[in-house]
Amino acid sequence: MLQHGKVSLALHHLVDGDPESRALLLLHGLGDHSPATAPAYCAEWRGPVVAMDFTGHGLSTIPRGGGYSAEMLLADADAAIAVLGEATVVGHGLGAYVALQLAGARASTVRGAVLADGVGLAGGPVQPASSSVVLLAARSTAPDPYAVFEMSRDLRPPDYSTIFARMAVEHSGLDEPLTIAAVIRPPWLAAVADEVGVAQATIREALADYADVV
Amino acid sequence: MRVDHAPEIDTEPGSYPGAVAPARQYMLDVGGLQIAVHEWGEADAPPVFLVHGGFDFARTFDVFAPLIAVAGWRVVSWDHRGHGASQHTELYSWDADLRDASAVMDSVTLDPAPVIGHSKGAAMMIQLADAQPYRFSHVINMDGIPTKGASPDISDHERTRMMTTDVSAWLDLRRNVAFASRKPGTVEDLAKRRGRMNPRLSNEWLRHLVTVGARHDDDGWRWTIDPAMRFGGFGPWRPEWTLNRLPGLPMPFLGILASEKEEMGWGTKPRHVQPFLAEGSRVEMLDGVGHFIHIEQPQRVSAMALEFLSGGPS
Repeated sequence: MLQHGKVSLALHHLVDGDPESRALLLLHGLGDHSPATAPAYCAEWRGPVVAMDFTGHGLSTIPRGGGYSAEMLLADADAAIAVLGEATVVGHGLGAYVALQLAGARASTVRGAVLADGVGLAGGPVQPASSSVVLLAARSTAPDPYAVFEMSRDLRPPDYSTIFARMAVEHSGLDEPLTIAAVIRPPWLAAVADEVGVAQATIREALADYADVV
Repeated sequence: MRVDHAPEIDTEPGSYPGAVAPARQYMLDVGGLQIAVHEWGEADAPPVFLVHGGFDFARTFDVFAPLIAVAGWRVVSWDHRGHGASQHTELYSWDADLRDASAVMDSVTLDPAPVIGHSKGAAMMIQLADAQPYRFSHVINMDGIPTKGASPDISDHERTRMMTTDVSAWLDLRRNVAFASRKPGTVEDLAKRRGRMNPRLSNEWLRHLVTVGARHDDDGWRWTIDPAMRFGGFGPWRPEWTLNRLPGLPMPFLGILASEKEEMGWGTKPRHVQPFLAEGSRVEMLDGVGHFIHIEQPQRVSAMALEFLSGGPS
């Protein structure tokens, strides 16, 4: 378990791999959890394969009274990077949005991020919709209903998302630090796809490329 | 669930002139989180809600609240999660604060009531009034109207550079937040520290705040606010999006702005707000007053509030 503030995050070591090779970090979708075994697309990865349960998901802490944001989940993923060191990241759905942010925020540590389909890929609107304030019944098992509720209406303006893409391009030293493997393109992802330095490929193709980057 | 006379809350009356300790203090269970509620005035009087700003707490109304209560109101305020005597929790967000607010309001009344907010608390109430207008008879906003007007336009490249710095700094803080604690000190130490962010407020007042808003441990006084919280941060929200909710508010709205620039101030001018006001609403700027308008001029601001509420309920 990793500690991020008052939250304990579950880090699952799916494949030991070559400890001298770079780790692959998997980030799951909204309301989901880390896989029990490494997905097939990891088969050729030489280094360790690790998956993290976001706050309120899987075996990680369920907070009292919600308060989720993509930025706080970014800090979850950053806690994993702090332990793993340099890593390549594959994010599914909500995890893809967080992977984008992580690739921008920690550009020198993230050696390639793959943004893939999954639950919560779209997020919420691109600008505020009509307001609602809802109290949900507490639940002792994951996923936290507040996580599902709040992160399904998380604001994702395209011009906010592209800032992270530009941060990744500017500071990673990689020609293409981001690869979009997702078939579905919500507005934030469509905008990122139009940025310089963003490739489009399958997860396997992207991992084959990123395995060799320094 | 309400628990009266929670031991965590210091009920010592303030030593500051005009400061009055709340008549009732209790903890309210909001989804498993203990929220500290403070009330001034008679328990059976009609309620009015006071909402504090970021990094403040309900006892910052120790002078202002009694001036409202004496006009016949039951004044109800609460410490936001992680602030004052309320519990610290795992996550903090604007939406979570709004949920806590609605839970406190539900526990007091289901009828429309006036709400007076300061700074971040006032801005939050614009959003809550937009989401749940049935709760609000009036909204009074004390220097808490965010606007894009005060921020100069910046280039995309500059925005990316600023974000890189902001995000890295914030993530570095998050990596160490599990081990963070507030620095202990004497009453005077804490008053001086707070004075750096509240330069217009007197040392006497700041010392009062320490005695009602800090905790006395074996090694000294500590502010009770969760050390996980920091100024700054980043996210997709834009200030003008709060402003865009103003024209649709169906209840009377009074904005009271501060004229004097200071560390915690928002720099909003009447001209930024007036185009967004619905009929029957108004905004005024107080000359010679800083961001903490209700602390600098409690008599004047409470009189404005009471006049807006038609002189009180009685």
